[in-house]
Amino acid sequence: MFGLQSECMLHVPEQYHTLSDYEGAQPRWCPSCGDHAVLTAVQKVCREKQLPPEKTVFVSGIGCSSRFPHYMRTYGFHGLHGRPFPVAEGIKFRRPDLDVFVATGDGDCCSIGAGHWIHAIRYNMNMTVMLLDNEIYGLTKMQTSPTSRKGTISNTHPHGSILPPINPLVTTLGVANVSFVAQTVDWNPAHVFSTLMAAHAHPGFSFVRILQRCPHFSPNLYSDEISNPDLTVLLTHENGIEAIPEVQKMYKNSVEHDPADINQARELAQREDLVPIGLFYCNPEQEQYDKYGASNIGFSPQQKSDALNVELDKYAV
Amino acid sequence: MLKGNSDELAAPENVSSGEEKTGIKVMPVEECIVEIVSDAGEGAQKAGQSFGSVSAKMGNGVWTVEIIPAEVQPPARSRAGASGIRIRFGSDKVTNMGDEADLVVAFNEQVLYGRIDQKAYREGTIILIESKWKESKVPEIQEEYALAMQEFKQYGFDVREIRMEEECLKFVENPSKGKNMWVLGMLCSIYARDIEKAEAQIRHTFRRKSKKIIESNLLLLNAGYNWASKNLNLRFQILSEAESVSKVVMNGNEAVGMGVMAAGIEVCSMYPITPATSVTHYLSEVFEKSGGLVHQAEDEIAAIGFAIGASYAGKTAVTVTSGPGMALKTEFIGLATMAEVPLVIVNVQRGGPSTGLPTKVEQGDLLSAIFGQPGDTPTVVLAPATIEECYHFVILSRQLAEAFRMPVIMLTDANLATGVQPFTRPEINLDSFSPPIDQSPWKKEIRPYEWDEKTGLSQRPIPGQSDGMYVLTGLAHDEESHVAYDSHINQLGCNRRSRKMAAIFKTLSPPTVNGDEKGDLLVVGWGSTLGAIEEAVNKARQMGGSVSSLHLRFLSPIEPGLEKIFKRFKKVMTVEINYGDEENDPLITSENRRRSQLSWFLRAHTLTDVDFLAHIHGQPMRPGFILQRLKKELGL
Ligand SMILES: Cc1ncc(C[n+]2csc(CCOP(=O)(O)OP(=O)(O)O)c2C)c(N)n1
Ligand code: SF4
Ligand SMILES: [Mg+2]
Repeated sequence: MFGLQSECMLHVPEQYHTLSDYEGAQPRWCPSCGDHAVLTAVQKVCREKQLPPEKTVFVSGIGCSSRFPHYMRTYGFHGLHGRPFPVAEGIKFRRPDLDVFVATGDGDCCSIGAGHWIHAIRYNMNMTVMLLDNEIYGLTKMQTSPTSRKGTISNTHPHGSILPPINPLVTTLGVANVSFVAQTVDWNPAHVFSTLMAAHAHPGFSFVRILQRCPHFSPNLYSDEISNPDLTVLLTHENGIEAIPEVQKMYKNSVEHDPADINQARELAQREDLVPIGLFYCNPEQEQYDKYGASNIGFSPQQKSDALNVELDKYAV
Repeated sequence: MLKGNSDELAAPENVSSGEEKTGIKVMPVEECIVEIVSDAGEGAQKAGQSFGSVSAKMGNGVWTVEIIPAEVQPPARSRAGASGIRIRFGSDKVTNMGDEADLVVAFNEQVLYGRIDQKAYREGTIILIESKWKESKVPEIQEEYALAMQEFKQYGFDVREIRMEEECLKFVENPSKGKNMWVLGMLCSIYARDIEKAEAQIRHTFRRKSKKIIESNLLLLNAGYNWASKNLNLRFQILSEAESVSKVVMNGNEAVGMGVMAAGIEVCSMYPITPATSVTHYLSEVFEKSGGLVHQAEDEIAAIGFAIGASYAGKTAVTVTSGPGMALKTEFIGLATMAEVPLVIVNVQRGGPSTGLPTKVEQGDLLSAIFGQPGDTPTVVLAPATIEECYHFVILSRQLAEAFRMPVIMLTDANLATGVQPFTRPEINLDSFSPPIDQSPWKKEIRPYEWDEKTGLSQRPIPGQSDGMYVLTGLAHDEESHVAYDSHINQLGCNRRSRKMAAIFKTLSPPTVNGDEKGDLLVVGWGSTLGAIEEAVNKARQMGGSVSSLHLRFLSPIEPGLEKIFKRFKKVMTVEINYGDEENDPLITSENRRRSQLSWFLRAHTLTDVDFLAHIHGQPMRPGFILQRLKKELGL
C-alpha cells in the first residue's frame, strides 16, 4: 500500500495492484501454448498502468485464445464465436470510463467475425485488440483457418489447404478510419509487453496481431523464426514501439518506419520474406465512434421525463 | 373543446355555405371508411394521415392503415401498384381497419383494380376518380379508362368523375406535387372537417419544408375544400362526444419509439429492416433529447451483440427488428438467456418465411420467438394488442428484463406499425425510467449467479463495481460464472433459468373474457387482431350467437387459467394471421394437418382441441371475414 504518503501525493492509487490482482482462473491452455506468454504480458501491462480491475473488461469470442478473460481477474465477457467486437463496442459505447480489451483468434476475427472486424476498425472505438493468430483452429481441433498458409495440412484439408491466406495486417490497414496496427510475436515477451503498452495508450481501436504458437496442432509453424532471429525485421521509430535494448540486440534486421506513413506500412505488411514486428501505423486523429457514444450520458429521470413530455405534446390531439 | 368543434360544424361559415348553394343535406353517420389510392409517390398517404389526424383532433375514433405496393417504384397505372391509405373513423373508438370502404379517392382507375381484387369495396362505394385519363393523348389509356368506368358501374360503385388536376392547375403550375392536398381539402368538405385544424396539420407535416411549399399546399387545401363545397352533393357528419381525457395520436412504431424513451432506455441498436425501421427513424430524430442514442450496426447480429454489451455494462438497451433479423439474432438471444443479460427485443413482424412479404402483416414469428433458440432457452414473449399498448409494453418489457435478468421479446406487426390511432395520453412515471447504474462496491460474498432456489433470481454485478468482477460466459457455468461441464450443474442452471418463468407466471392473472364466461364458442387471438376479433364477436353476439373472445398479451409464460376457461366453451378456435392447412385440402388428415401457430401452441398447452381461422393474405384481419366464419360456426 502507498497509503502512508497519501496526504502529500494527490494521485496516489488507493491501492497498489500487484500482478496477482490481475490473475484469474488457472489457465487451461496446453503447457507450451503461446497464449500463456501473452497473458503474462497483459497482466504486466495492467500492473504497470495500475488499471483498476473493476473498470477493466476483457471481451472475447470462442476459441482457445478466447478463454483469455477467464484468466484475468477483471470483468470479462466470453461471448459468441466471431462476435467479440459488437459486444465490446456495446460495452464501450455509453461507458467511456471502462477500459476494454478484446482477445480474439484468427478464426474468430478473420473468418466468422470478419464482417464485424472490418466495421470495428472503422468504428475506431477506444479498445485494445489482440488477435492471437496461430494460423489454425485450435479449440475445434485443427481445421484450416483463413490465415493458414496455402498447403497447410489440417483436418479439413488433409491434402493441403487450397487458398492463399488473408493477411490480417494488410486487411486492417486497408479499412477506412484505421488508427493503430502493430505486430508482435508470443516468443518475445518483452516486445509483446511494449507493443501492448503502446496499443493501450493509443486512443482508438488498437489492433495488435500476435503470432502465436500452437504446439499442439502446428509444432513447427514458427520454429524457423524462433531459432533464427534474422528472419524477423524490427520496425523502429521514435513514434513507434518503445525501443528496448534487449529486443534491439536480438534482431539485426531493422527498418526505420514512421508509423504515420500508411503507404510504407502497407508495403511492410505485405512482406513475405521476413516477419516485421513493431508499429505499422498510428493515427490518433481518426474519427472515434465512442466519442459519439459518450456524448449525452447521465440524464436524470427528470430530464428524460421532460424530453418525453415534449414528444407527447407533439402528438397530442 | 371537442364539443365546441361539433357546434362549429353546424356554424354557417364552414358547412352551410356549400349547403346553401347546392341545397344538399348533411348526413349524420356513425362511422366511415375512406381510402385514397394512387400510384406510389403521389402523396396519398400524406393526405390520408393528415385527414386521420384532423379527425382524431375533432374527437373521432380513428384507425388509419397504409396501402403499400410491394415494390418501391411500381410502374405507373398498374394494378399491383396501388399505394395509398385507408382511414376508418367514427363517433366511437375505432379498433381496426374494418371491411369495405364507403368512399374512395383514386388518382387513376388501374390502381382501383388492385384494391377490388382485395375486396376493399362494396356495392354503393362512392368512387371519386381523377378523370383526366379520359382525354389522354395515349389511345390505350383512354380505352382502359372508358372500360373501367363501364365495369365500375357494373360493380355497382357510385362513380363520380372529377377533373382534379385541372382544378389544381388553376392554382399551381405543377399539380402532380400538390394534388394530394387538394384531395385533402375535398375530403374535409365532404366530412365537415374543421379546415383550420387541417391547415395546422399541413403546417406541422411540412414543418421542414420551405414557406413557399407550405403556402402552396394551404392554397390547394382550401381550393379542394371550396370546390367540393360547391360541386359535390356529398356531406357527412360524424359527431363525437366531448372527451375529458387528453389524447395523443400516432402509429404503433412511433408508440414503440416513445415507449423506448419512457422506459428510460439508453441504447437502441438496429439494422434497417421493414417494417421495423420506422421505430428507429423516429428515435434517431428525438432519442438524444432523452439521453439515448441509436446505433446503426453493420448487421442484425452485431445489433443485438452491441445491445447485449451495453446492457452487460449497465446501460439498458433495446434492439428492433423484423423476422429475417430475428433469425440472425437467435444465437445472441441464447447467450442473453444463458448468461442472464437483460435485453428488450422488439420484433415488428412481417410476412415470412425468408424475405417474405416485407411490408405486409403476419403473426408468423410466434413459435420461433418462444422456441426458436437452440437448447432450452426460456424467453419472455409478450405482444401488445393496440397502439397504446405498444407504448406501455416497452416499459413493461424493460422492467421484466431487468427484474428477471433475461431477454424479453415484444412482438408487434406491420398492422400495428403503420396503423394510426388516438389513445389516452400516457402519464409519465419517473419510476418507469431505468434506474441509474449501481457503481457501489459489490458484496464479495454474493456470487454473480447466486440463484434463489424459489425464483431463480440472482443479482447482477455491473462493471465498475469493485469486488464484483466476474467473467460472463455462454458456456454452462456454476453460480460463480465458472465454466462447468459437470452434469448436475447444467441441470441446475437450466432449472434456475426456467424457474424465473414460473416466477413471472405467478405474477400474471387470467385473461378477461369478452362476452359470457361460457358458451358455444370461444375465439382466442393475440396481437393486432384484437379490434377486428372483438368487433366480429360483438356483432355475432348481437345476432344471438353464443360466442366470446379472449386475447393473450403474454405468450411466454402464457397467461394462467386457460384450460379452465376453455373447458367452459363447447368449441375453442384461434383467429390469427398465420398459415394453417385447411381441413379438406388434398392429402390433409387430422393427423398430418399443420395447424396455425397459436392453435398448435394452445393445444399443446391446454390439451384442448383448438381449431383455427387463419390466413396469410398479407392483410390485417377484417371483422367481416371473422364474422362470416363465426356465423358458420354458430349456425347464424
Ligand atoms: C457459431 C459457431 N460456429 C462454430 C463454433 C465452433 N468453433 C469454436 S472455436 C472455433 C474456431 C476457433 O479458432 P480460432 O478463432 O482461430 O481460435 P483458437 O482456438 O485457434 O485460439 C470454432 C469453429 C462455435 N463455437 N460457434
Ligand atoms: S490447442 Fe493450440 S492454441 Fe489451443 S491451447 Fe493448445 S496449443 Fe494453445
Ligand atoms: Mg486460431
